[in-house]
Parts: sequence; structure tokens; C-alpha cells
Amino acid sequence: MLDVSRSRRFPFYLVVFILPATAIYSLFMILPLFDSLRLSFFTTTQDNRELWNGLANYRALLFNDNYAPRFWGALKNNLFFFAINMVVQNPIALLLAALLAGKGRGKDFFRTILFMPTVLSVVIIGFIWQLILSPLWGVAPGMMRAVGLGSLFKPWLGLPQTALITVSLISVWQFIGIPMILFYTALIGIPDELIEAAVVDGCNSWRIFWKIKFPLIIPTLGVVTILTFVGNFNAFDLIYTMKGALAGPDFSTDIMGTLFYRTFFGQQLQLGNPTMGATVATMMFLTILAGVLTYMFLWQRRVQSYQL
Amino acid sequence: MKHDRPRRKARGVGIYALLALFSLSALFPIYMVVSNSFKLKKFIFGSPFSLPDAHTFSLIGYQTVFARSNLTLNFLNSGIVTLVSLFFILLLGSMAAYALSEYKFKLNRFLGFYLAIGIMIPIRLGTVGILRLMAALGLVNSLLGLILIYIAQGLPMTVFILSNFMSQVPDELKQAARIDGASEYRIYSFVLPLVRPALGAIGIFTMIPIWNDLWFPLIVAPSARTATITLGVQQFLGQFVSDWNAVLSSLTMAMVPIIILYLVFSGQMIKSITAGAMKS
Repeated sequence: MLDVSRSRRFPFYLVVFILPATAIYSLFMILPLFDSLRLSFFTTTQDNRELWNGLANYRALLFNDNYAPRFWGALKNNLFFFAINMVVQNPIALLLAALLAGKGRGKDFFRTILFMPTVLSVVIIGFIWQLILSPLWGVAPGMMRAVGLGSLFKPWLGLPQTALITVSLISVWQFIGIPMILFYTALIGIPDELIEAAVVDGCNSWRIFWKIKFPLIIPTLGVVTILTFVGNFNAFDLIYTMKGALAGPDFSTDIMGTLFYRTFFGQQLQLGNPTMGATVATMMFLTILAGVLTYMFLWQRRVQSYQL
Repeated sequence: MKHDRPRRKARGVGIYALLALFSLSALFPIYMVVSNSFKLKKFIFGSPFSLPDAHTFSLIGYQTVFARSNLTLNFLNSGIVTLVSLFFILLLGSMAAYALSEYKFKLNRFLGFYLAIGIMIPIRLGTVGILRLMAALGLVNSLLGLILIYIAQGLPMTVFILSNFMSQVPDELKQAARIDGASEYRIYSFVLPLVRPALGAIGIFTMIPIWNDLWFPLIVAPSARTATITLGVQQFLGQFVSDWNAVLSSLTMAMVPIIILYLVFSGQMIKSITAGAMKS
């Protein structure tokens, strides 16, 4: 590194290198974020003036009969969505990564295929699954009938009891490639000598995986968890594509992202409200921030002390 | 050791069987849509699992899509937005990353942290503010507005990864150039090609979310003139929801370019991720 803090001439090139990126990032990301946080403490009058509103928006969102059921419902659904992603997606991703990381021909081929759904747009994926699960087309019921489970078929996406878990599993199906690749990268990064030493000591693959490999990829597990958390609490496209802004049936698939969109832009009977939208966004911000800080200060520190 | 061999062989078969099963489940929905998009409606319902043949083949869905949708314009919009954003993300991001990794100055650590906030905090959370800003700048329903948002969205990760890569470029090279009287800008232009693999991987990983994004096109640029492919398909599907031929064809058209792009670059993409992991 070149120390320019004491150079005689002002390092003008430093400004040229850093300013454009910092300016665009500040203007279109940081500034609007602060503007949103600020707006959550205001309300707009009919002639579009901003009025200080203190914490009234938050009180309305958390306790008022118009907003509170939707907010708590969306938060609960979002936690469920996250839980399904954690307990279904990440173990399967770890399994696939372990299978791919082993020696053998043709692994590149499978890796390419398994990652493919991840690169497609959520809109496409959502619609495809809607078609596959549609009783009208009959693909899913037909396949279930073929294996003798025909009577178990239900229009899962349309029933309030099953819609959310169905949508969650579709999200798992699409995004499993990301944790898979992260685990895979961590697994193939483990030095061969460690494994060879264990083989010489007579360990079988199962023991090697849990006693040597798994502890070494725990940091990756942390990264995967926080990425899943941020991604899930920021999700919107899948629900919007499959169930619309109203996240039906009966708000059973409503998550923070769809609630934010509806509050900001309005829906059939309710007008859009930017300041209430900003309030929902701030609650999402606080949720995500809490997750990120927990990860940074609790998880990372503990993992580090383990490694020492 | 000899008696181990059948067991090991059985396990090998098991591994491939599992991988094949999961791969099938990844491909199956895609296959269903693509193959049925080339069939007459009768056969979409009559024999959904079979490939199209001379008897069942039809392009009627594609004809509807071309006649009734703006997908060509949508593709063009997505192409412009994605490529222009990508170019500036890589250019501005690599410049900032170079400065942060090369020079020691007072604000270095602060700037690195400041730029990294966007890695974890999604830009969507500032949407209310972004829409107000776009309105104030007269950029609602413009591709430029989308491009500026996506540049801001892509920069944090790019700067973070590239500065890691750039700090691994040996110092001697840069010092030698400096002694020869090369300007700092020239040295940057020497360093850039040395991190080309990283640039490639970042390029693909920033491109995919931009191409696939629904949120900002829906909110900032929903007009027919500026709609991107993801938004265009979403709206087309909403209108033609009961025309199965058109629905399947438009889904196929939206999917195929990105799949081809992915298949062409996937080897390189995954190689560069794993190479990055080996180094650190």
C-alpha cells in the first residue's frame, strides 16, 4: 500500500478514483434509505405537505386495527418462510455440496444443472410452478396418481392452510443453488492432507465429514444463514407473481415485502400511503439490521474463538 | 482392503442416483414448460409429458406472443439496462476498489465500511425515498433511472470483492511502473487486466439480479415504453392467463436467453468462485 496521507501534493487521483462510485452509491442508495427512515416519522396532508407525526405511524402499524393484524401476520409468515428455508434448503444444499465435492466423473455436469433454477427470474419460476400445481393442467395430480397417491393431491396454492408452505418450498427449490455452491466451495477448500491423515487413522467418510469437514465449514453456515435471512425478509417477487399483491388466500402468504408494496401503493380499497410505506420499510430495515448485527457480533465472534 | 470394493462401488452408484434425482427435479418444471410451448393446446392437456412431434407440434403460442406482446421491446430495454449498468458497476467499482486497496489515507477504512453497508442492507428498503428522488429528478419511467439504481445496488459487492483481489497483485509491479514515471491512472490500467477472472465472475453475478429484477421496473419504470423483460412477461402472463399456448411460449422466450448465457459461462463462473475461495 502506498501511503499518500503525508504526500506533499494533494492526491487528486484519489478523488477521481473514489468519487464517482461513492457519489452514485450515496445519492441512490444511502440518501433514499435515510429519507425513508425520516419519512416514517411524518404524515402527508391532502395538499402534499409533510407534517411531523412523531411515533404515530409506528403506533398505528403495531396496534391500530387497520394495520396491526396485517403487520403481525406478515411478520409471522415471514418468520415461517425463513424457517422453512433454513430447515429444508440448507441441509439439502449441504448434502448436495458434499455429494458434488467428492471425487468422480461428471460432477461438473450435475453442478451446472443443479444451479440452473437459481439464475432464472422468480417471476418465471413462480408461474411455472403455478402451472405445474394447477388442477386445470393436471401435471402434479397426474404424477401423483401414477405412484398411487392421487387422492392426496390438493390445490395447495389455493388453500389458506397450505399456500405459505407451498410457496416457501418453491423458493427453496429455486434458491438451493446458492447455499450449495457456498458449501461446495468451502468443502473443496479443505486441505487434502487433513483428510488423508484421518483416512490413515482409520476414519470412515461419515466420521470424516462430521468430525473434520463440518467444523471447518461452520463459518460458511453462518454466511448462508445471514444471506437466507436477508433474502427472505426482503422477498417479494415470488408471492407477488403467484398470489398477487393481496398475498391470498386471505393474506395467508403475506410477507413483509408484499405488505410494504401494498401499504406504499395501495390496493383495491385502500389508497397508497408513502409515509406508512416508509414505516413498514423501516421495520424491515430494523429486522434485517438486527439479524446482521447478531451475525457480526455474536456468531462471528463465537466462531472465531472456537477456531483459536 | 479388497472386500471394501463392492461397498465403495455401491456408494458411488448411490451418490450418482441422488444427484440424478435432484437434477431431474431441477430440470423437470423447465422441461414441461419448454416442451409444451411447442404443442397444440389439445396436446398440452392430453399428453403433457411427451416431447412435441410432427402430430402435436405448433407455434401458435409464439405467434400470439409476437403479435400481442411487446417482448421484443422488453428484451431491448432489459439488454440496455443490464449492459450499461454492468459497464459502470465494473468501471466505477474497480476504480474505487483500486484506490481502497492501493493507497493508505485517512478515510480508507471508513470508506470501505461505508461502501460495504449495501452488501447486507438491501437497496429496496429505501424504495419510498428512491421513488421521491426519481420524481424530483424527472427520471420516473426512464431507463436511466433504473440504470442509476442498479449501479448503486451493484457497487458494494463489486468494490468489496475486487479490493480483495487487487490487494493480492504484487507491489513490485506497481513500484516499478511508478519509478518509470507512470501516472496512477496508468498503473490502474495495468492492474485491471490482472484481476480479469474476478471481473468476469462479478459481472455475471451482478448481471443476473439486474436482468431478473421485478421490483424496480414495477415501481420506478412501469410504462409500456420502459418495461423490462421480467415486468413485460409478468404483465403479459396476467393478461393472457387463460391462453396456455401464449403463456408457455412467453415463459420459454423469457427463459431461454438466460439459460444459454448461463450454460456458456457457468464453467468459468464456478471456476472463478472456487479459485477465489482457494486463495483466501
